[in-house]
Amino acid sequence: MVSRLKGRHGSGIREANTYLGQKYIVVDSSLIPELLQVLRDQELFDYCVDITAVHYPDREKQFDVVWILYSFTNNERIRVKAMFADGESVPSAVPIWPAANWLEREVYDMFGIRFEGHPDLKRILLPEGWKGHPLRKDYGIIQQDQEWVQINLGIESGQ
Amino acid sequence: MTDRTSQLELEQHEKTFLDSNELIINMGPQHPATHGVLRVILKLDGEKVLGTECVIGYLHRGVEKIAEHRTYTMFNPYVDRMDYVAAVSNGLGYCEAVEKLLNVEAPPRAKYIRVILTELNRLASHMLWLGTHALDIGAITPLFYTFRDREEVLKIFEKYCGARLTTHAFRIGGCVYETYEGFEREVKKFIDFVTPKIDEYEELLTTNRIWVERTKNVGRISAKECIALGVTGPVLRASGVKWDLRKAQPYAAYSELDFDISCACGKCGSRCELSSKRSERFLTVPSWRRSQR
Repeated sequence: MVSRLKGRHGSGIREANTYLGQKYIVVDSSLIPELLQVLRDQELFDYCVDITAVHYPDREKQFDVVWILYSFTNNERIRVKAMFADGESVPSAVPIWPAANWLEREVYDMFGIRFEGHPDLKRILLPEGWKGHPLRKDYGIIQQDQEWVQINLGIESGQ
Repeated sequence: MTDRTSQLELEQHEKTFLDSNELIINMGPQHPATHGVLRVILKLDGEKVLGTECVIGYLHRGVEKIAEHRTYTMFNPYVDRMDYVAAVSNGLGYCEAVEKLLNVEAPPRAKYIRVILTELNRLASHMLWLGTHALDIGAITPLFYTFRDREEVLKIFEKYCGARLTTHAFRIGGCVYETYEGFEREVKKFIDFVTPKIDEYEELLTTNRIWVERTKNVGRISAKECIALGVTGPVLRASGVKWDLRKAQPYAAYSELDFDISCACGKCGSRCELSSKRSERFLTVPSWRRSQR
C-alpha cells in the first residue's frame, strides 16, 4: 500500500512506519484531503474511527492533526498525521466520511483548529461563546472563562 | 439557557416556518427519562420528526485534560466514570492500551479473569439498557426483571473488588485481586440462573404488541449508513454486518475463545432482539473457559 501511495504522491509521504504493531503515515499537509479520498476509495478505509489533534507548543507548526481509519474490507487500521500551524485551516473530511462532522467539531472546540468546508463548524462540548480551547497545552487545568461563568451561571467562579 | 448559535438556528428555521406546518420544539436537557443529559432541537410536522439537532456536552468533564496531569496509574479509576454501567469494560480498554504503549502483556490468568468480568459486565450493561429502553417506550415490567437479575452480577463484582459500579477492577499489567473463594461456583450458578431469564425477557417484549408496534420499522439504518456515520457494535450488527471487534482484532483472551456473532436486518426492534440474543451468546464465553479447567 505504501509503495502505491508513494508512487502516486511521491515525496508528500514523509514517513510510513509501524509503531507497536500499528501502522501510521506522516504526510505533507498539502496532500489533505486528496490522500484521504484515495485512502477511502482505493485502499477501502471506509470507516473514520477518529479525528484528533496533538499540540506541540514549541514547534513552528504547532499541531499534528491525526486521522484514525479502519477498513472493514481488509480488517486493517491506519493513522494519518499531518502538521498544521496555529491559525491554518485544515480541509474538512466531511465529504469523504460523514462521521467526520462531529469529530472535526470536537477538534475545533478543544484545539481551535478550523476545518475548511465543514458544513456547520461550531463548538460541540463547550458552550458557544466560551473563550479558549482547553486541550491546548498552554490552557491550565483549572483555567476557565470566568466572564462566561459569571454572566451565564451567575456565580463568581466555577472552581 | 439558550446560547447564541441555537438562537441563530431557530431564526434560520423560521424562514420556512410560516409556509409549512413545521414546528420547532426544544427537548431537554432535562428529559423525564434522562439517562445522561441531552438536548434535542426537533423539527416537527405534526407527530413526524423532520429533523433534529443534538446539543451535547452537558456531561463533559474534560477527562483528557485531567489525564494530561495524571500518571497512567492515577488515571485508571477515571475511565470507570466514562460509562459507569460498563466500568469493567472501560478499564479493560484503558489497561490494554497502556500495556500496548509500554510493550508489556498481562499474564494469561489475568487475561481470563478480565474476559470473565468484562463479559459479566456486558451482560449487566445490556440488562440495564433493555429494562430502561422498555420503560421509556411504556413497558414497566421488564425493568424489574432485568434489574433483579443484574443485581446478581453486581454482587459478584462487589465480592471481587468491593465495588458495584465504578469497579476499578483491573490494573495496568494485570489484575490486582485474585478471584475470591467460590468465584467459579458463583459465576457458574449465575449463568445457569440467567440463561432462561434471557428467553423470558425476549418473550416479554417480542410478544408484546405495543412494544412491537413502537419499534417495528422505526429508526431504520442501513449497513452502508452505519459505516459512513461510524456506527459500530450491536447497532452495526443489527444492520446485518457480521462484525465484532473481539473476532476481527481480538484483545485480552478472546482469540482463544469460541463464540458466534449474531446479526439481523437493520431496524429498531431487531437491535433489541439482537441485543438479548447477544447476551445469550456471550454467556457461553465464561462457561467455555471453565470447561477447560
